[in-house]
Amino acid sequence: MSFVKLTTSALALTAMAATAAVARDQVQVAGSSTVLPYASIVAEAFGENFDFPTPVVESGGSSAGLKRFCQGVGTEHTDIANASRAIRDKEIKACAENGVTDIIEVRIGYDGIVFASQIQGPDYTAFTPSDIFNALAPQVMVDGALVDNPHKQWSDFNADLPAADILAFIPGTKHGTREVFEEKVIAAGCEATGAMEAMIAGGMSEDDAEDACLSVRTDGLSVDIDGDYTETLASIDANTNAIGVFGLAFYENNTDKLKVATMSGVEPTTESIAKGEYPVSRPLYFYIKKAHIGVIPGLKEYAQFFVADEVAGPDGPLAAYGLVSDPELADTQQMIADEETMGSNS
Amino acid sequence: MTDAAMTPDSAHPSKSLTHADERTKKRNAAERRFHAYGIGAICTGMFFLIALLAAILSSGLPAFRQAVVEVPFTLTQEQYDEAEKALLKTGKYTEYFVTSLTDAMESEGVEIEFDKKAIERLLGKVGGDLRAYYRENEDQLGTPVSFELAAASRVDRYLKGTFKREDLQSGNRFFMPEDFNLIDAMREAGLIKQVFNWNFLTGVDTGVDNPGGAGIGASVLGSFFMMLVVLVLSLPIGVAASIYLEEFAPKNRFTDFIEVNISNLAAVPSIVFGILGLAVFIQFAHLPQSAPLVGGLVLTLMTLPTIIISTRASLKAVPPSIRDAALGVGASKMQAVFHHVLPLAAPGILTGTIIGLAQALGETAPLLLIGMVGFVARYPDTFVEGFIEPNSAVPAQIYNWAARSDAVFTEKAWGGIIVLLLFLITMNTIAVILRRRFERRW
Repeated sequence: MSFVKLTTSALALTAMAATAAVARDQVQVAGSSTVLPYASIVAEAFGENFDFPTPVVESGGSSAGLKRFCQGVGTEHTDIANASRAIRDKEIKACAENGVTDIIEVRIGYDGIVFASQIQGPDYTAFTPSDIFNALAPQVMVDGALVDNPHKQWSDFNADLPAADILAFIPGTKHGTREVFEEKVIAAGCEATGAMEAMIAGGMSEDDAEDACLSVRTDGLSVDIDGDYTETLASIDANTNAIGVFGLAFYENNTDKLKVATMSGVEPTTESIAKGEYPVSRPLYFYIKKAHIGVIPGLKEYAQFFVADEVAGPDGPLAAYGLVSDPELADTQQMIADEETMGSNS
Repeated sequence: MTDAAMTPDSAHPSKSLTHADERTKKRNAAERRFHAYGIGAICTGMFFLIALLAAILSSGLPAFRQAVVEVPFTLTQEQYDEAEKALLKTGKYTEYFVTSLTDAMESEGVEIEFDKKAIERLLGKVGGDLRAYYRENEDQLGTPVSFELAAASRVDRYLKGTFKREDLQSGNRFFMPEDFNLIDAMREAGLIKQVFNWNFLTGVDTGVDNPGGAGIGASVLGSFFMMLVVLVLSLPIGVAASIYLEEFAPKNRFTDFIEVNISNLAAVPSIVFGILGLAVFIQFAHLPQSAPLVGGLVLTLMTLPTIIISTRASLKAVPPSIRDAALGVGASKMQAVFHHVLPLAAPGILTGTIIGLAQALGETAPLLLIGMVGFVARYPDTFVEGFIEPNSAVPAQIYNWAARSDAVFTEKAWGGIIVLLLFLITMNTIAVILRRRFERRW
């Protein structure tokens, strides 16, 4: 009976696969979609430069990646979780419950975004998150009441800002940068101006108010850019009054065309971002399961390659793609070499 | 319409055959209107189909061409040894290639000001290809080899006409306005040209900074292995289940319950099967992540109801006289089914299977959960590894590329859709051929 034959061979195949699963030979990574581009660059270069197979990198978000990472030790679980934020205590606890205790935290660099405008344009030199919120939120506080955003010019709400029409080109929702922009600028402004409190007082639950704080106005004064920064730059070039959101590295390469605004008084530079002074930036991480080092071939080498000066340094391919390289990279390299886990010294 | 007047068999005979009465005219008009609606519907459908195909082809065909830099290149033993000592070996290879290209431009008489940085901007990521070649062919060290290596994405788009001089508002580290002149000069000297992009069909996915090198080959193979699993599992299981339910099972509440549930399963959103696959196949059965085997198993679950429903329909369509005749000449129930009913139902079963497979082929949602949507850049080494090594699938690859910022990746996503359509057409053609072969009339 050919059906029987087919079914048996399929079962045999399944059994074979189950045995082979024990001997996974490639590094398996999952996590943040912000880290994914960098990880894919490193993974490709790793495959080209070493005799180990090219690692598999999945996205799906920091939380999803860490959750999978914490599911246990063994080849059916991922080796590395990429994250655009530090691991939370709750997650460390969840990890420990599943036997994942020795975790190596690797900071690969920083992701910083800046607000820039045409070099001959109006004097946008200093912003605070409240200014950006007042300009771009759908509902803002005017005279102590929450109303639909009436502002048309920057000077409408802050006399220090130029009397120029509001127009902002911000990263589209599919950009990782959008999240930083929402969390560090819009949400911060929402809280600072008291709009969030007003929303909660108006009967919204805290979660709903937090979500409402992340939205931007939809009347055309805030424009989503889904392409790369080149497109944002082209839009800025065509609109004298506009401000745009750029990656720091991109801005630094276009200082002849763009001038940057300070955020809460801090000028965005590699140093201020690396020190954490500039508010609109975040460190990017990946987490290694120490128990897998030596079991999965190439895991330690991949981690070391990722943070090597040639890769994550200021002249490496990651910086060329927009990562702000970490000035403390040497410490990180040493940490991986020593397989120093979280909590072993801090 | 001149024949409108000639409707002789009207229910109410008119007074004259040559002059239609009011009622007949009305009925004829209604019929003509219905014809017009039908033709209109078909034309609308055709219009959308043509518009869709035109959009896919015009956006996707450029992906099959690639700008390359062609230059004879010699790597010495010393350079090779030195490069192999470095950590970022491919970077060294790129450096050597840039030097050699600079020399070639001088000898070809490209008389234009340029610096090394400009050359680097115009080149794709050539280091990986170079290293792979010399690792395979160490005997070629020291002799000139002519390489065709992918140019940078903006060079590629400039040659294809999708990136024009006037598009560039200002230069950046990826491209400067003066690079246009350099490209023109190099094209004149025959150093840059466009070739058919075989790499797109045979290559693997690349990092976000290397759009020129990305290919869909590995994910086509991933889809192929998944379809193999789906076919091998869902066809026998589906057909066996439907034969039993249709021909042998007693009609009672229990079989009714099963029937209702099969129909319900066919309507379950595919992402649900993905969650099931993650929980059962990966976390419980410990099958490897991102493997076409798991993808195939998940899609099998999704395809089974479709196959069972269509198989039962085609078994029902076989006239009962065939069964009765077989039983009448002394065949057992099983012989009647397998020798007479099943062959007659085969064309319908095949059609149902192909529809199920086609649905499974285009599915991305369940793959998301079992880890097949991501950066997977390798070919399986052997046939068995094809099932268990991590791989992507064509729709997953398209989804991935469409989300990347470089315009060349978007182009490749469209190109991937063409490949997916070709895959589908091949499958359908096989189905049609098989159906023709098995088809019997009574």
